[in-house]
Amino acid sequence: MPMRMIWGFFKGTLVLVAKGSKAYYTWVFTLLCFMGIGFLAYLYQLQHGLIITAMRDQVSWGFYISNFTFLVGVAAAAVLLVIPAYVYHWKPLKEVAVLGEMLAVSAMVMCLLFVTVDIGRPDRFWHLIPKFGILNFPQSLLAWDVVVLNIYLVLNLTIAVYILYNLYHKREPNKSFTTPLLLFSIPAAVSIHTVTAFLYNGLAARPFWNASILAPRFLASAFCSGPALMIILFQVIRKYTRIEIRNEAIFKVAELIAYSMFINLFLLGAEVFKEFYSNTVHLAPLQYLLEGLKGHNDLVPYIWTAMIFNVSAFFLFLIPQTRENYVTLNIGCVLIIIGVYIEKGMGLVIPGLVPDTLGEIYEYSPTGIEILLTMGIWATGLFVYTLLLRVAVPILTGEFFVGDDGRTAVIVDTEFIRRADHLAEQSYRD
Amino acid sequence: MGRDCLRHWFVPGVATLVLCLVAGVATAAPPRAGGDAAKPNGASTPEKQFAVPTPPFTPGIFPCSECHKEMKPNPKRRELKDEHTNIVLNHGQWRWCLDCHDTYDRDRLHLVSGERIRFEESYRLCGQCHGDKYRDWKVGVHGKRTGMWNGEKQYLLCVNCHNPHDPRFKPLAPMPPPVRPGDIR
Amino acid sequence: MPTQGKRDEPAFRMSRRKMMKGVAAVLGAMALPAKDAPASVWESFFQKNFRELSPDDLKGVLARLEKEYSEKYKKAVKVRATPPVEGILYGYGLDLSRCIGCRRCVYACVGENNQSRDPQIHWIRVLQLNKERGVDLEDAEQYYNPAKVPEKGHFYMPVQCQQCEYPPCVKVCPVQATWKERDGITVVDYNWCIGCRYCMAACPYGARHFNWKKPGLPSAEMNPETHYLGNRPRPVGVVEKCTFCIQRVRNIPGRYTACVEICPVGARKFGNLLDPESEMRYIIENKRVFILKEDLNTRPKFFYFYAT
Repeated sequence: MPMRMIWGFFKGTLVLVAKGSKAYYTWVFTLLCFMGIGFLAYLYQLQHGLIITAMRDQVSWGFYISNFTFLVGVAAAAVLLVIPAYVYHWKPLKEVAVLGEMLAVSAMVMCLLFVTVDIGRPDRFWHLIPKFGILNFPQSLLAWDVVVLNIYLVLNLTIAVYILYNLYHKREPNKSFTTPLLLFSIPAAVSIHTVTAFLYNGLAARPFWNASILAPRFLASAFCSGPALMIILFQVIRKYTRIEIRNEAIFKVAELIAYSMFINLFLLGAEVFKEFYSNTVHLAPLQYLLEGLKGHNDLVPYIWTAMIFNVSAFFLFLIPQTRENYVTLNIGCVLIIIGVYIEKGMGLVIPGLVPDTLGEIYEYSPTGIEILLTMGIWATGLFVYTLLLRVAVPILTGEFFVGDDGRTAVIVDTEFIRRADHLAEQSYRD
Repeated sequence: MGRDCLRHWFVPGVATLVLCLVAGVATAAPPRAGGDAAKPNGASTPEKQFAVPTPPFTPGIFPCSECHKEMKPNPKRRELKDEHTNIVLNHGQWRWCLDCHDTYDRDRLHLVSGERIRFEESYRLCGQCHGDKYRDWKVGVHGKRTGMWNGEKQYLLCVNCHNPHDPRFKPLAPMPPPVRPGDIR
Repeated sequence: MPTQGKRDEPAFRMSRRKMMKGVAAVLGAMALPAKDAPASVWESFFQKNFRELSPDDLKGVLARLEKEYSEKYKKAVKVRATPPVEGILYGYGLDLSRCIGCRRCVYACVGENNQSRDPQIHWIRVLQLNKERGVDLEDAEQYYNPAKVPEKGHFYMPVQCQQCEYPPCVKVCPVQATWKERDGITVVDYNWCIGCRYCMAACPYGARHFNWKKPGLPSAEMNPETHYLGNRPRPVGVVEKCTFCIQRVRNIPGRYTACVEICPVGARKFGNLLDPESEMRYIIENKRVFILKEDLNTRPKFFYFYAT
């Protein structure tokens, strides 16, 4: 019996994702195009080796790992919604926290894809699986990362699917199952980003990374970028579906972003002071990033753009008038997402490797293939989120639920986007 | 009381001092590596033989006595004008040929003590002034290292690398620099 | 409430996502060589880490590799797995007062250790430094190319794997593809490395190098006397580095490393740190010795010294 119920649910989801409005089709088709191009780029990379990227011995990690680092932060930020919702039982967020968890899932998928395309021998990925291969746990931080990222992915997927499936069956999810998992997801979110930070932090060879401040900075900037993305997504969802998201919820998230950005800027200031004032040889990477070093200054315009964006966004989020005005709020969100993407992506990975351990400066900038492949992976993540939303939104609005026989799915309205005119209720039977 | 004190402490004190001195001398570590003390009369002492290759003579120049047995040795310090004009001596100050080459047996070199040595032992001659290099060379720390690191090591003569008449190494052309990372395709 | 269904949900829900992840795995599998005989392809795919191979497995692996390399390079290639000799801890000395920066060591190493010529991989990097500034790596230049070396006012410092006592690269490898052997040499199992390059980020000396492309090794220049953990030809996508010519030094009697042999000014020294009579002990006891980046506590076995 349970199998038939699940099968009914599954078939319902297939119908949902396969049918939608014109805009939906256009969106999904665009994503599939980018995914296709990314896939071809990956085939090209597999054939020729990583030499088609701009990474070389001197800068051995680049654009892929930059994106990976940024996205781990986004994934961790789903927790920012969970904490007020489930720890403080703040109702406005509680209803939509599951949307945040789905974002975490999509971000995790992207992270795993970025790591897969970055390693030199993806055919040997099984070497990482304990018992089959050797996982150097607990000595290697990368082994830790493999463990915690997968745990976090499964955790969020389980919670989201469990809640949604229960809502589909028109019953309240069992709190004694969800509450421990949700509470566990808070340290899990902190863990994924702390482990990723420690991955960089533990390397004595790279003084730019070997700073205790790295883990707190990661968390602070993660709690800026993820929720900013969520705010934009909330507005999109609110506009195009029947899901209600109160302004209160959005403004609260924005306020929390303001505090995170303050901490982020403060920690950055602390770093800058320490390096410039102490003026040791370890100033070189920060100097390369902010001023340029020996005539090499490719990253300087980017990082200053990021700084300006971050500080502006901080004020926009801090001042209640700009925070609660949707124009300035959205500007702030875009600024923060771009700012943190630069600061925590290339602005973190590249200065760690430049100058290299023997003082050489190799200026890295991603090749076309790297960019195409990266866009393909982002498209994949958006595609995953779209599909998840396509199922979750109807469940949350009560338009996708189990029929009276207990197994067939009922879809009230296959239109993903709510039309201006009132829609008559139509039911589709499987 | 004073005399008793003296008798009580003086003799044992001196005895202890003497004992200490003897013990110190007896337990002093022997000189490091080599341990070749030349006897005062300048006679050659048995020294560890180093497996060196044949001295790098200019072809045809050895044995020198082929020409020199006919000629009367002229020990006056001068610049040579008739022969060996291609040799420019650029080795320290106030040097000339017979400071190293033996005056009466041109198939030999001579040490400061007057002892004649064969060209195969020329390192002993160099080692007189360049003692630190000689010490290092005997242990294998100075000079080009070939052979077996845990077996028979090959030693080279000083002159295999250093021209004895103009010993300072000349700069040489370096091998190509590595390809820059941006140029690796 | 259907309790069994709960367990199956993630499996079902994951199906689409899993498919996409599975695509990545399939693509990875597609990277396998297609032209070889099927048996050796599967053997090489499933080969375990070197340290987990039984003596028979190891023989089989070595035989398979010898066959593969001999066919590829058209000569009789030997792949050995000579174990470490007891009572030996290799040490290396580099005389900074002698090095003239001629780079003969770099190319001797390339020839002995079968490094890729195109794309170029050098295990040794020679840094040109200023006598006024001393060992200031920010000021180092490795692309110097004057007509003659040494240049006035400069001194030269070659850097290669320091074979650390506490190697940071070994600590960070997620699959234990690199480890320190009993005789002190840090080695890489090229058939186990997944190419994540974390070790390259961790190495403070820039000693590890990556095969970004399929290595280009002309068979005429290939050295057929190889060691599994040392100079055998590497595949694409794995990390490699100096192994103190493991294929030479582990034999009894063993030749000096290629770089020591070729150095025209005798700036390079090699020996057993545990042997009180060795050159290395003499150097450490009698010369002014220093190690690179000592504050990082990696305890290298590569000692820079001044003989004069």
